[in-house]
Amino acid sequence: MTQKNAFFLVRWIRGLLALFGRLFGASSKAAPQDFDSKLEAGMGKSRSGFVERLASLVGASKTIDRSLLDDIETTLLTADVGVDATRQITDELTDALSRKELKDSATLWARIRNSLLGILENSQTPLSLPESDEQPSPFVILMVGVNGVGKTTTIGKLAKRFQDQGKSVMLAAGDTFRAAAVEQLKTWGERNNVPVVAQGTGADSASVIFDALSSAKAKGIDVVLADTAGRLHTADNLMSELAKIRRVVQKFDPSAPHETLLVVDAVTGQNALNQATEFHETAKLSGVVVTKLDGTAKGGVIFAIAKRLGLPIRFVGVGEGIDDLGEFKPETFVDALLGKVSEESVQ
Amino acid sequence: MFNNLSERLSGALKTIGGKNKLTEANISDSLREVRMALLEADVALPVVMAFIDQVKARALGTEVATSLSAGQTFIKIVNEELTKLMGEANESLNLATQPPAVILMAGLQGAGKTTSTAKLAKHLIEKEKKKVLLVSADVYRPAAIDQLETLAGQVGAEFFPSQIKQKPVKIAQAAIKHARKTAADVVIVDTAGRLAIDAEMMAEIKAVHKAANPVETLFVVDSMTGQDAANTAKAFHDALPLTGVILTKADGDARGGAALSIRFITGKPIKFIGTGEKAEALEPFHPDRLASRILGMGDVLSLIEEVEQKVDQQKAEKLARKISKGKGFTLVDMKEQLEQVAGMGDLAGMLGKLPGMGQMAGQINNANMNKDMRRQIAIINSMTPKERRNPLIISGSRKRRIANGSGLQIADVNRLLKQHKQMEKMMKKMGKGGMAKMMRGMGGGGMPPGGMGGGMPPGGGLPPGMGGGMPPMGGGGNFPFK
Ligand SMILES: Nc1nc2c(ncn2[C@@H]2O[C@H](COP(=O)(O)OP(=O)(O)OP(=O)(O)O)[C@@H](O)[C@H]2O)c(=O)[nH]1
Ligand SMILES: Nc1nc2c(ncn2[C@@H]2O[C@H](COP(=O)(O)OP(=O)(O)OP(=O)(O)O)[C@@H](O)[C@H]2O)c(=O)[nH]1
Ligand SMILES: [Mg+2]
Ligand SMILES: [Mg+2]
Repeated sequence: MTQKNAFFLVRWIRGLLALFGRLFGASSKAAPQDFDSKLEAGMGKSRSGFVERLASLVGASKTIDRSLLDDIETTLLTADVGVDATRQITDELTDALSRKELKDSATLWARIRNSLLGILENSQTPLSLPESDEQPSPFVILMVGVNGVGKTTTIGKLAKRFQDQGKSVMLAAGDTFRAAAVEQLKTWGERNNVPVVAQGTGADSASVIFDALSSAKAKGIDVVLADTAGRLHTADNLMSELAKIRRVVQKFDPSAPHETLLVVDAVTGQNALNQATEFHETAKLSGVVVTKLDGTAKGGVIFAIAKRLGLPIRFVGVGEGIDDLGEFKPETFVDALLGKVSEESVQ
Repeated sequence: MFNNLSERLSGALKTIGGKNKLTEANISDSLREVRMALLEADVALPVVMAFIDQVKARALGTEVATSLSAGQTFIKIVNEELTKLMGEANESLNLATQPPAVILMAGLQGAGKTTSTAKLAKHLIEKEKKKVLLVSADVYRPAAIDQLETLAGQVGAEFFPSQIKQKPVKIAQAAIKHARKTAADVVIVDTAGRLAIDAEMMAEIKAVHKAANPVETLFVVDSMTGQDAANTAKAFHDALPLTGVILTKADGDARGGAALSIRFITGKPIKFIGTGEKAEALEPFHPDRLASRILGMGDVLSLIEEVEQKVDQQKAEKLARKISKGKGFTLVDMKEQLEQVAGMGDLAGMLGKLPGMGQMAGQINNANMNKDMRRQIAIINSMTPKERRNPLIISGSRKRRIANGSGLQIADVNRLLKQHKQMEKMMKKMGKGGMAKMMRGMGGGGMPPGGMGGGMPPGGGLPPGMGGGMPPMGGGGNFPFK
């Protein structure tokens, strides 16, 4: 068979299957061309110059040109902001530029910053714990996410944070799968001097967490931080296990889990959006934690997540130490993403 | 949102059309789409740019071979360049040295180093009958050493204990010394995760490398990594003489563009991919597969092979010709189509290989679908030849007879007739504008009814045997090989 015929056949079978199939997920929007042509225009140039260029424009009444917009685009794309969100921002800027609203680099800077902050508008709600004496049973926080993102480490850091706020804390070793996951959490328990409820590897995760809740309630503990095994959002069986954990927790306290945090590794690319969507569907997320922001990765995919799910971003992880956790500050995040220099240099 | 390159390209390739040469003008749209697709697949921007330049340089002026359309030629170039860039298939470990051969694992936090250490051990023990010793130089992460010890036990590797108060260099040296004494063939040194910008930690791993003098230094990277893959790969490559890459967590749905970035920047082969948490989930790397995953092209090649075996091409071409001539789509034609599809067997499996069809594949129950199709065929079989040619004559009493004959209900007959009508309508549409377009650039060869996929009206007919309405096919139907 010639290659041409083979291709025809593929088309043909596709058509047939389309007729006989049940569901098609794809939609067929046409590609907006503007963004693309701009991207193309910028291709030949150095991609690192945004901040410097911006800085060089300070004070000078140089006009803002296309190439500067291209640099902005590069900055966003290389920060994992993603094609769609980047396109939205650069479209806005292009409009503003053509309406002659962007007189100088300071205006431009403010504009991008505001665009990005606008996307994070609904993501700024910090986690607030109830007053201890108002609680009939513990405040339950469930940590979920794909493998290796920093769930267990974040629990260790949060335990410290909540204790500093005067709360009593207990940890539940819900990762009963990964080798030494229990030992890892126990180490964090020792560092914080808080109790860890655990069974052996291979135990039922939901029942470990249920045990922890019962024990916490009996002891009058304020906050239970429940660890879960890392799982890919595409693994149906593991996602149903997570749904089960949720059901069991609700059996203990219908209002629990009071917080379900998705942990996202800043180094993750566009896949984080799939992760967030799937985990939200199964585990009804109430917030996001972005870890490993101490590295060179910018975590720009958070914008796509914020846009799609509007979830609050509760905390950011900036290291492996117990204190390397902060509340999410959109301004800081955006400034870091755009390059720290820019803020000082463009006032 | 666009799911894959084939969807992206379906529009852009029209501008290439039936031209016989690829020019700057006729490929620029397509290049742009390739660029977008690569970015969406997390290929790092500088790598995308360099790749696009490469494709462009090769494509410009390329004569279109007579057996291919210009669009096909372009796709072929993209695919070939990408596969070339991904490197050779399955370069295995090179352990040819005075034993013990040392393997050093390196990478960011949580990438999967410790898990991969155990996987490699299992691979070497079982496939290459090696005596393997594992040691952890991770003195930072809580329970990292326990983790490796547990895994070593699971895969039947020897474990060399270390303590968190020891120095990583000392740990590695002691383990190698022990391996020499016990005549182990291979020592795998697991290390702590580290950021490339952490100078102290990078200095540490350099020192470990110097002391251990490994034959393999493997960079372990998460396939979900985004743009940062470029920075990190460069920094690790600069710090350590890497010999290869392990791409982990490839069992998810990440497109894996990071692999391309890393390969491009380090020039080192991807030796294995991790496809699960268990120790056996380590597979050799197939550059062509990853290339098509990045592009979202599906496993098209193996599908072509399968289709070749299973489809009666003559019948398909006959129907196509008939429809393109504006002739009606009869119940006989419908039966033929049903038989063809039913004869293909594992539909879900085949769908899974088509770009953009993964989701659908997951929803299909082969058994149910085949049962439905067999019922439809039974109904048509119970008709007289006259009824098959002209379904309009099928009255109430005929319906009852057909239902009885096929052992089904009148409602089933009604449904079949309705579905036939909808397919007929669709075919008619195809016969006019759609089909003609499909025919373009096809030379003298027969025309299989591929148009059905390409031109299906959104929200179009109910497929036979299927209950609900059909969601729009969207760009997914526009397979770009025209
Ligand atoms: N640099 C840096 N490393 C981090 C951060 N958070 C976690 N890590 C590291 O990332 C690695 C994985 O962290 P874990 O807490 O074990 O991740 P996990 O999500 O519990 O992993 P699994 O349970 O295996 O799915 C460890 O080496 C942590 O020290 C962070 O904010 N910055
Ligand atoms: N689904 C899947 N999970 C994997 C794969 N490889 C590793 N993991 C999981 O990823 C998480 C992190 O793996 P580790 O081996 O602990 O990663 P590491 O690089 O040693 O982490 P650090 O030592 O903290 O830097 C664990 O939950 C592993 O089970 C894989 O190929 N597929
Ligand atoms: Mg964990
Ligand atoms: Mg490790």
